[in-house]
This record gives sequence, structure tokens and C-alpha cells, in this order.
Amino acid sequence: MNQWKNFNKGFFRENAVFVLFLGLCPTLGVTTSVINGIGMGLATTFVLLMSNIVVTLAKSFIPDKVRIPSFIVIIASFVTVVELLMQAYLPGLFNELGLFIPLIVVNCLVLGRAEAFASKNTFTSSVFDALGMGFGFTMALFFLGGVREILGSGSFLGFKFISGDGILLFILAPGAFIALGYLIMIMNKINKKTA
Amino acid sequence: MNYVIIIISAIFVNNIVLAKFLGICPFIGVSNKVETAIGMTGAVTFVMVIATIVTYLLQYYILIPFGIAFMQTITFILVIAALVQMVELILKKVSPALYQALGIFLPLITTNCAILGVAILTIQNDYNLIESVVFSVANAIGFGMALLIFSGIREQLELVDVPESMRGVPIAFIIAGLLAMAFMGFTGVV
Repeated sequence: MNQWKNFNKGFFRENAVFVLFLGLCPTLGVTTSVINGIGMGLATTFVLLMSNIVVTLAKSFIPDKVRIPSFIVIIASFVTVVELLMQAYLPGLFNELGLFIPLIVVNCLVLGRAEAFASKNTFTSSVFDALGMGFGFTMALFFLGGVREILGSGSFLGFKFISGDGILLFILAPGAFIALGYLIMIMNKINKKTA
Repeated sequence: MNYVIIIISAIFVNNIVLAKFLGICPFIGVSNKVETAIGMTGAVTFVMVIATIVTYLLQYYILIPFGIAFMQTITFILVIAALVQMVELILKKVSPALYQALGIFLPLITTNCAILGVAILTIQNDYNLIESVVFSVANAIGFGMALLIFSGIREQLELVDVPESMRGVPIAFIIAGLLAMAFMGFTGVV
């Protein structure tokens, strides 16, 4: 029961993007299409899960004073793993995401969970927390990517359902900001109703 | 001439915040007041230029000769974290006044993706050392300009009656979108 709470808080109550406003750079940068959003979300989830596991297992060995640099090294190692794996097996996605893969290191979400949750909680809670937060982040990227792909190029997951182009603005930078602004507004409304 | 193109491109056409989406967290987080925006810009400029020079030297004199370029991400982020700490210590000793002004922003900078982003972009674009310095200064100016304009608008926005669920961050994002649209007007200049 308790673990379920750790898991589902990442979706609505403490959603990384819509409520906590963490990890906004990749959110805006890669969501020109749904598939990019999901790819980025899953890569971040993997890093989040692995770093949460290592941090929670190593928390008793890490001296308090150097914990932030230690967390950063742990996170950076897993980001490098993701980078190399993606380059080898998903070169297309690797090129699309480009700069934002190494930038997972500075995604405040990952360091934030390591510091605020994994370094204080048990192994199982940390795993569920990482999965919930990661999937919540992926969900946010999925929605934003969906809105931008449908409006911007008139397709969904690459299947085109209009002839010609969509509203080009939503593929470009301004559309990302505006779409995210409206999504956060909708989320505010939903959270207020359920609260 | 090359340098002019780098500067104009980094400040206007490919603005680091509004076109490349780097450094959004401070852009939204500390843009409530013009004063804090200026402090943040100062700290970012400082760290960005130093970090770009150091990571450039590391990449070309240590990582590549020893064949360990895959360690780029880990090395760069550690260098940036160490630099931020060092800058903080030195500032505290040398110029307490500047430390007072920038102090609270310095720890935040480690996780500012603009710094790491510019360091990596410099390597990806194959710039030489002088071009890297120019590129990082121009990007810092671009970041500062976007932040200043945005914080100016947000100060005015506090006086406006905005629908309740739009208040705060959602309306800020829509303003940022409009600002990004304005900057799109520069496309094609370079």
C-alpha cells in the first residue's frame, strides 16, 4: 500500500514537469514528436532508477560532506552508459536527441530524487519512487510531444492523418513554450478539483 | 568576420534559452525580479566562460590524447562542479561585495544545463580556443538578455489580473513563447 503511494505520486501530485517544474530543458527541447519524447523519458527513467538504486545502497559509505559530488559521479556514469548504448543500438534516436542525452546529468529531477529521496529511504521505496517519477516524467513528455506532433505536423507516432503541413509554429521553439504553458494550466485545474 | 557571425548567431538567431532550450530552470525560477536576474546573469557569465576554457583544454590535451573521450560527460560535470565551488571560495576571499551579490546563485549553477551545454557545443562545433571564448561570452550575453527582458515583463505581469489556474508558471511559459516568437524574427540574419 505504502509502495503504491511512492509509485503513483510521480504521476499527478508530484509530477516532475507539471507540478515541480524539474527537468524542463529536455522536456521542451526534444518533444517535437511523440517518439522522441518517449525515448527521452525512458532514458531518463533508466538513469533515475539506476542512480537511485546505487545511491540508496551506498548511502552509508558516502560521507555527508561529499555526497553531492558523489551523486553527480554516479549519475554521470549511468548517463555515459545510456549514451554509449543508444549510440550503438538506436543511432537514429541518438542523433535526434543529440545534446540532450549528456544533459540528463544536469536534469534537476535525477539529482533531486537522489538527494531528497534515495539517500534517506529504503531500497524498495527508492525503486518505486524512481519508477513512479520516471514514468510520470515520460508521461509528461508523451503529452507534450503528442500535442506538438498532432498540431505541428498533423501526425501521431509518425502516422500522418492530414495532407500537407500542420501548424509549423508548434514544431518550432515558441510552440513548445506555449503548449507546455497550457498543459500546466490544465494540470492545475485537475489537481485543484481532486484536492 | 567569423567572430561576428558567432556572436550574432549565439545571441539572436540561436538564443540559448529561447531557441535551444538550455537553462530553462533559472529562466523560470529566478526571473521574478530584475535585480535577481542581473545577479544570476553575472554568476552564469563568470562560470560559463571559465568552464568553457577549462573543459576545452581538458578535451584537447587530456581526453583525446589518452583516448578516453567517452569520459567527456563525467569529466565536464565534475570540472564544472569543482569550478563552481572554487569560484565561490575565491570570491568570498577576494571580493566579499561581489560574493554577496552572486552568492546564492552560485550553487544553483552546477545544475544549470546552459553551462554544460555550452561546453559540449563548443567541442561539437570544432571551435578553436579563441572562438570558444567568444562563443561562451556571446551565449552568456544571450542568456542574460533573455533573462532580463523576461524578468522585466514578469514584473509588469504581477499587476495584471490573470485567470486563476494560469497564474504563475503557466502564464510565464506563454510569455516565453511569445518572446521566442519575437526572436524568430532574427532567423536568416546570419
